[in-house]
Amino acid sequence: MRRRFQWEPYILLLPSTVYLMLFFAWPMLQAFELAFRDENGVWTLEFIQRMVNDVNFWKAVRTTFILIVTIIPLQFLLALAMALLVNAKLRGSDLFVYIYALPLAISDLAAGIIWFAIFTERGYLNTVLYSLGILDQPYIFLNYQTAWPVVAVVLAEVWRATSIVMVVLVAGLQAIPREYDEAAQVFGAGWFTRLWRVTLPLLRPSIQVALILRTILAFQVFAVVLAVAGQALTVLAAEAYRWYGSWRNPHVAAAYAALILVLSLGTTVFYLRTLQVSEEVRV
Amino acid sequence: MAEIRLENVRKVFDRKVVAVDGVSLMVKDQEFTVLLGPSGCGKTTLLRCVAGLEQVDGGRIFIGGRDVTFLPPRQRHIAMVFQSYAVFPHLTVFENIAFGLRMQRQPEAAIRQRVQEAAELLHIADLLERYPSQLSGGQRQRVAVARAIAVHPEVLLMDEPLSNLDALLRLEMRAELKRLLRDIHATTIYVTHDQVEALSLGDRIAVMRDGRILQYDTPLAVYDHPANTFVGGFIGNPPMNFLKGMLRHREDRLEVATSGGTLEVPEAMRSALLAQNRDDVIIGVRAENIEPQTQEAPNTLRGTVLVVEPLGSHNLLTVRVGEEHVKVSTSADFRPRSGETLWLRVHPDKLRWFDPETGQAIRGE
Repeated sequence: MRRRFQWEPYILLLPSTVYLMLFFAWPMLQAFELAFRDENGVWTLEFIQRMVNDVNFWKAVRTTFILIVTIIPLQFLLALAMALLVNAKLRGSDLFVYIYALPLAISDLAAGIIWFAIFTERGYLNTVLYSLGILDQPYIFLNYQTAWPVVAVVLAEVWRATSIVMVVLVAGLQAIPREYDEAAQVFGAGWFTRLWRVTLPLLRPSIQVALILRTILAFQVFAVVLAVAGQALTVLAAEAYRWYGSWRNPHVAAAYAALILVLSLGTTVFYLRTLQVSEEVRV
Repeated sequence: MAEIRLENVRKVFDRKVVAVDGVSLMVKDQEFTVLLGPSGCGKTTLLRCVAGLEQVDGGRIFIGGRDVTFLPPRQRHIAMVFQSYAVFPHLTVFENIAFGLRMQRQPEAAIRQRVQEAAELLHIADLLERYPSQLSGGQRQRVAVARAIAVHPEVLLMDEPLSNLDALLRLEMRAELKRLLRDIHATTIYVTHDQVEALSLGDRIAVMRDGRILQYDTPLAVYDHPANTFVGGFIGNPPMNFLKGMLRHREDRLEVATSGGTLEVPEAMRSALLAQNRDDVIIGVRAENIEPQTQEAPNTLRGTVLVVEPLGSHNLLTVRVGEEHVKVSTSADFRPRSGETLWLRVHPDKLRWFDPETGQAIRGE
C-alpha cells in the first residue's frame, strides 16, 4: 500500500522558509548581483577591482583579522573560565550568570560609546591616570598611529560579547553528565587533566557552535569600531558602510558584503571540519 | 592490606536532609561487603563518601589504616564502577580501560599488557578499538568493570553496577562478577537495592534504612536472623511473614496465641520473652519454613487457601490465617485448591520473635 503524502511537515516549514527566502536569500542574491553587474546590466569585475585597489582595503582586511585573532582566543579562554566557574555550582554562582550576561543587554553602539568615554582625550581613563599623578597631561589613546585604538576595540568587544560564548559553553557543560568527571577523579586525574582529557573533548560540539557564532559576528564588527575609534580604525563592514553611505556606490559596498559572506562561510566550514565530532564519539 | 573503617560518618545535604546518620562500619581486608537498602536509604551517598566524591560532615574514614577523610578521590587509591558506567564516550574501549593506568604513568608496555588482561577477563578483548556508542549496555558495563580492575585496586567500589542491565544479562553478569571478584582479592563495597544480588555476592551485608545500618552480618545470618521486622520484610522473596501474637501460660509451658491458632514457645526463648514484661509479641516465619498439612493437628495454625501460584520449582500459597495473610512455599506437587482449609506447622526453631513496639528482634539463649 502506498503511503499517503504527508503535507503537515511542509506546511509547518513554510513560514520560516518564506521568511528566509524573502529576507536572507533574496537580498543575498541581490547583493551578489550588485557586486558583479553594472547599471547597464553588464557582468563585470570592475567593482571588485575598485574595492581591492582602494587605499583602505588592505588596512580594513588587516584590522579585521587582527581583531579576530586577538578577540576570539581571548574571549574563548575567558568564557571557558567563566563557564567552569558557573558550572562549579559554588555558592552564589547563579549570580555570576546574571552579572556576566548584563553586557548582552546593551546594544553594540552603546557599548562602543561607553568605551569611547573611557579612552577619549578627556575620558575616564585619562582622568584617573591624571588624578593619580601618573600622567601630567591627557594622553591621546585613540590616535591612529598607535596600537591603542585596536586595544580599545578589543576590550570593548571582549567586555560586550564574551558572555554569548559563555552561555553556549555553560549549556554544553551542563549537558555533560557529572559521572564522567567523577570517574576521572576516582581513577586519579587532577583538575587540569580532567579538563583537558574529559571535559573539553566532551564539550566539543558546544565549542564548535560558540566559535562559529563568534567568528561570524567578528567579521561583521562595525558599530563598536566606529564608536570607539572613528576614523582611526577601519574594518571590512565599516568600509561597506562608507562606500554605501559616503561615496554612494552600492556596487563596491556590495562587493565588501560579498567578501564578508565568503570569509564567514569559509571559517564556518573550517571549524566544522577541524572540530568535527564523529558519529561514534557522540555522548 | 586495605581494610575500610568508617567511624560515625555523617552526611547532610542542604543542611537538613540527613543522608548518612552516624554510620560506623568495618570492612575487613579482601572482604566483599554489600550495602543493601531501599532507594533513599543513603547507601549510594555512603559509598560516595568512601570514594571521596562527597565530603563528610562528620566522622572519619580510614582505608588501609590511613585517614583519608579529607583526601581527594585520586589520593585514595580506589577504583569504582558507576551505575551509569561513566565509560568515556570520546575514548576507545582500550583507552577507557587504560585510563587509570595512564594516570598512574605506567610504562606503555605495562599498560598494553594490563588492558589486554582485563579485557580478556571480561571477554571484551575483541572490542578494544571500538567506541562506547558502538557497544551494547552489557558490553559497556564490562568496559566499566575492566577499567576498574585494570588498575589492580586494593579497594573496589561498585554502585549498583547491574541495575541497568536486563534481567537475563543481570543473572549472567552476577555469576561472572562473583568469579572475577574472588580472583582479584580487592576489598569491595557493593551498593544494591536488590536483595538477591546482596545475598548471592556478599561476604557480609549491611542493611541500611534512613541513613543508618540496621544489621551487618553474613547473608545467611541476615536472612535467618533479621535484626528487626524491617530487615525481615526487606530481605527474602517473598518477605518474612509476620503475625501478631499474645503470650500466655498454660500449665508450666508458655504459648503464643494468634488469630489462627496457638503455637508452643520453645524453651530457649522463654526467659527472653518473659523479660519483655509484656504479653504481646510479633512472630516471624519464612515461607519455606512453613509446612502445610491437610489434617488437623496440635501446634498448628489453621488457615484458608486464598491464592495458589505455581512457580515451576515450587508453589507459592497465600493463606488467610485468622485476620492475617501468610505466604507459604510448598513443593511443586502439592497443589491445594483455593478455599481449602490447611493446618500450617512451623518448626519452633524457625520462629523469630520481635518486639511489637520497636520491631527489634528478641533473641533467646
